[in-house]
Amino acid sequence: MSSIEERVKKIVAEQLGVKEEDVKPEASFVEDLGADSLDTVELVMALEEEFETEIPDEEAEKITTVQLAIDYIKENLG
Amino acid sequence: MVSPLGNTLGETWSAVLAGTSGAAPIETFDVSAFSTRFAATVKNFDPTPYMPEKEARKMDVFLQYGLVAAIQAMEDSGLEVSEQDAPRIGACIGSGMGGIQAIENNALLIAEKGPRRVSPFFVPGAIINMVAGNLSIKYGMKGPNLSTTTACTTGTHAIGLGMRSIQYGDADVMVCGGAEMVTTPVGLGGFCAARALSTRNDDPQAASRPWDRDRDGFVLGEGAGVLVLEEYERAKARGAKIYAELSGFGMSGDAHHMTSPPEDGAGAALSMQNALNDAALSPEGVQYINAHGTSTPLGDKAEIKAVHSVFGGAADKLAVSSTKSMTGHLLGAAGAIEAIFSVLALRDQVAPPTINLENPDEACNGINLVPMETQEVSIEAALSNSFGFGGTNGSLIFKRV
Repeated sequence: MSSIEERVKKIVAEQLGVKEEDVKPEASFVEDLGADSLDTVELVMALEEEFETEIPDEEAEKITTVQLAIDYIKENLG
Repeated sequence: MVSPLGNTLGETWSAVLAGTSGAAPIETFDVSAFSTRFAATVKNFDPTPYMPEKEARKMDVFLQYGLVAAIQAMEDSGLEVSEQDAPRIGACIGSGMGGIQAIENNALLIAEKGPRRVSPFFVPGAIINMVAGNLSIKYGMKGPNLSTTTACTTGTHAIGLGMRSIQYGDADVMVCGGAEMVTTPVGLGGFCAARALSTRNDDPQAASRPWDRDRDGFVLGEGAGVLVLEEYERAKARGAKIYAELSGFGMSGDAHHMTSPPEDGAGAALSMQNALNDAALSPEGVQYINAHGTSTPLGDKAEIKAVHSVFGGAADKLAVSSTKSMTGHLLGAAGAIEAIFSVLALRDQVAPPTINLENPDEACNGINLVPMETQEVSIEAALSNSFGFGGTNGSLIFKRV
């Protein structure tokens, strides 16, 4: 099983149509990876699906970078 | 153009002139329980030369077909959308049913996993006006941005209303057409239930046979056709490749029945007459008709009656063919691809064939229905007909320039 980091990066790359090597921890979905507001909604849905969890909307809004996504998953799935 | 006969205009037109059928067994879902198990499907379609995979994934297939056809038309036209001209360049591209596959998939997703799994791209990926919308975003076209939805007359109305937008002065260029893809369980099931489709499952390529005495319904098609309408002086000034002049547009309503035309084809006749009036042409001025001719028992007969009533003695000199014998019925895209076929018939001075017309129905006598093979004919003006559920009719007339 790959690590949480790897799984998150893979999903971000697939959802946003970018290369996995561009998905750096500090990368912002909107500023660096070209996502719009609908892309970020779909990205959170893909993360929910992958990690079999539900991310409440108010939490989802705060997940704006790759690292924040990884942190959220780690904290909540621990 | 994206059609059951090819994913470009060139491929499609060659196949039309060669009399090829685009019908094939449906393999994209289990059709064993359906009364019709074939359709004229688009083959080997790949949108990625035209748009990133990430964008394509957000669109129902009908949108992908429409956008690809529109990009091909834009490239063929050589049109550049400058900052200055942008407000004068618009689009009117419709669909009969829209993103039915996306609707089905999301309905199934809700049933299985609940409403939180509905994609945020479901609505913009399924609604009918998004071919025109996506096209305007891609090219920066800021003029009128429209869609028609008038069943099987959608494409014809889109072109006619685009023409009116230019004539009225709302735009100088309108990119017009239609897109459709309903080869899905719900789409196929609906047309099967309406008893509209041929059930010739043992021989799909012989199933679409307009005016033949053994016809038993239409063949579901899919694809998209888009053309660029441009005000004449503007097109001339920029040295555009001008295929033809769109000179007449007529419309009418049957006021008769949800799915059947009146036997005498009165609504179809009124539509053709209105188009002739609009083009200021007498019946003798038209030499080719691309008929609606879907291969249904009633509709085919009514259209021929309508042709006789409008053209009278001039009907003897007409060539009337149904390219649906080859493409199947593209519903909301039918009028668009058939308008393009009419334009190419003018350009090449040919009447494309009505294939499978082996034994013409006696009720359709007295007219050259271009059976089986392409004919060389002298054409000054070509008329294209579309008639849709709800009794909505449209006719376009193209002239040589």
